[in-house]
Amino acid sequence: MSAKPKFQSIPDGAGFYGDFGGRFVPDTLVAPLEELEKAYAAAAADESFWAEFNRLLAEFVGRETPLQHAARLSAHLGGAKIYLKREDLAHTGAHKINNAIGQILLAQRMGKKRIIAETGAGQHGVATATAAAAFGLQCIVYMGADDMARQEPNVYRMRLLGAEVVPVTSGSRTLKDAVSEAMRDWVSHVHDTYYLLGSALGPHPYPRMVRDFQSVIGTEARAQILAAEGRLPDSVVACVGGGSNAIGIFSGFIDDESVKLTGVEAGGTAIAKGQHAARFSGGSTGIFQGMKTVILQDGDGQAEPTHSVSAGLDYTGVGPEHAHLQATGRADYTYAADDDAVAALHLLARSEGIICALESAHAVAHAVKAAPKLPKEHIMIVNLSGRGDKDIGILRAYEENKNHDR
Amino acid sequence: MTVKPLRQTLLDARAAKRAAFIPFVMAGDPDMAASVEILLALQESGAAAIELGVPFSDPVADGETVQRAAERALAAGATLAGVFDMLASARARGLSIPVCLFSYLNPVFYMGYAAFAAAARKAGAQGALIVDLPPEAADDYLTAMKAEGMETVFLCSPTTSAERLSRIDAASSGFVYYVSREGVTGAQENLPASLGEKLAALRATLQSPLAVGFGISTPAHVKALEGAADAVVVGSALVKTIAAHGKEAASAIAKQVKDLRAA
Repeated sequence: MSAKPKFQSIPDGAGFYGDFGGRFVPDTLVAPLEELEKAYAAAAADESFWAEFNRLLAEFVGRETPLQHAARLSAHLGGAKIYLKREDLAHTGAHKINNAIGQILLAQRMGKKRIIAETGAGQHGVATATAAAAFGLQCIVYMGADDMARQEPNVYRMRLLGAEVVPVTSGSRTLKDAVSEAMRDWVSHVHDTYYLLGSALGPHPYPRMVRDFQSVIGTEARAQILAAEGRLPDSVVACVGGGSNAIGIFSGFIDDESVKLTGVEAGGTAIAKGQHAARFSGGSTGIFQGMKTVILQDGDGQAEPTHSVSAGLDYTGVGPEHAHLQATGRADYTYAADDDAVAALHLLARSEGIICALESAHAVAHAVKAAPKLPKEHIMIVNLSGRGDKDIGILRAYEENKNHDR
Repeated sequence: MTVKPLRQTLLDARAAKRAAFIPFVMAGDPDMAASVEILLALQESGAAAIELGVPFSDPVADGETVQRAAERALAAGATLAGVFDMLASARARGLSIPVCLFSYLNPVFYMGYAAFAAAARKAGAQGALIVDLPPEAADDYLTAMKAEGMETVFLCSPTTSAERLSRIDAASSGFVYYVSREGVTGAQENLPASLGEKLAALRATLQSPLAVGFGISTPAHVKALEGAADAVVVGSALVKTIAAHGKEAASAIAKQVKDLRAA
């Protein structure tokens, strides 16, 4: 008989959001994480740091990104008035660049010359390679061997930008294994290396730091919707892999209790072992890659394999602040199946002239499902976290497979 | 069967001006039946204690050699309960040296700290080292282990601050395990040049006995550390032998341990 814990958006001193988060790492990483925490606290208190961050977001990333009324999509669905937050228009084609710029500035302040990163779909790898190139820093990106095969265009982009892309062949050869490999590299090169983690996950202070750098999405969206409609939206929808685009846009509305927040996970082909990545539908509390959070695991505490048509949502654990948002009821989490995400991508392309990333298509799929049941006065913001160019090859293969099955 | 505690094993080695030899092997690699034979071979060839790895799907502190061992064990169906059964079988077959489990936190957390501590004691383990559990986050775990009379071992490393070192020392009822280098587990050619000094400084500071591991892989390494620490842990070098010999690895392991100790 315990009341639901109250939502807190700032982690405690040990990096916990309620019951989730923390710093569960081998001893060798404790000191580097403490150093990072101190460096970030100093940077965050320095107005010149944020001035430089905001200047780069404007001049290099091209912010602010538009909040666009999706008139034809809304009319087609015949319910809620849908707005799209166009993160796909940010430089490199996704929200990932916001965090990469913030952390590269921090790495520079800390005097680190070697940047390492993990990547799943390759969007964070491209963002990191871009930021490292712009600052003249060495960049090494760890990527699961299977993800390298399915996101080949992004591998080539990273190499064009001068990054070294290292295939990871251990475990399931996807994002979680790339995270592990980046952590191993960091343990071995702590003095000169900065680990530029790409989502709001991992050990404290990463979830907080990434959230802060991505909060620009929510800050802009809130001001834009107030300017456009003179009021707050009724709901905000975002896809959730690790959860950085979602926490970024949610952060602008968390204190506005009237705004319903919905995270959309990858439903894959079925909510069954190895066929999805919907942590809140098939997962339980565990300790994974430095954090306590909700993970997909078997009856012996081993990480379960995951599946999604979108590599960026194909991850075992979810960022700890999302676990806390779910536990406190401040946000709801649902999922969209592979087929529904692909259908939503098509609908958006034809109704609005926007080819979005397969990750973002999961958020659109939820809107497709929910909007027709809502009144016309309902204002919904969907975070369009990235563009879909990288997914053309996957989509083609996916549809050829489907036709073949018929 | 009465098994000597881990702490006493290291204190005895110190009194004898020796370093206790502690091999690390992954439970269930290549399968549980072979693991029983390997543990008995380790005892036969003079190991003072055994560090028994619990396989985990995402071992962030391990290099490729130990990662692959965990993958082999999991592919062969290893579970935490299966590790306990295997250890109990080895005890029944006459294994009488102390055993320290070496695990990542999630399988232990999933089982529950109290259930883990009770099952580990019942299976015949003396203690455990949870690689990704710093003492700052270990209160519940420590309470559960203490309730079962289980010894606890924590890691320290070249980057550990003095303040954290005293916390690690206080939380370690078995011994403190010094990670010899900034890096993951795995064989290496040369030990860090400053290792001897570092170990001497640690011994002067710590209340707990001290083991050293990560990268110790040759007879010369073991010999160089004789008397500098209370125990040396050799892992990846042995795991490689198991990978090469599979289910018949026990006799090769016995020979390798004798060579490692004879230098």
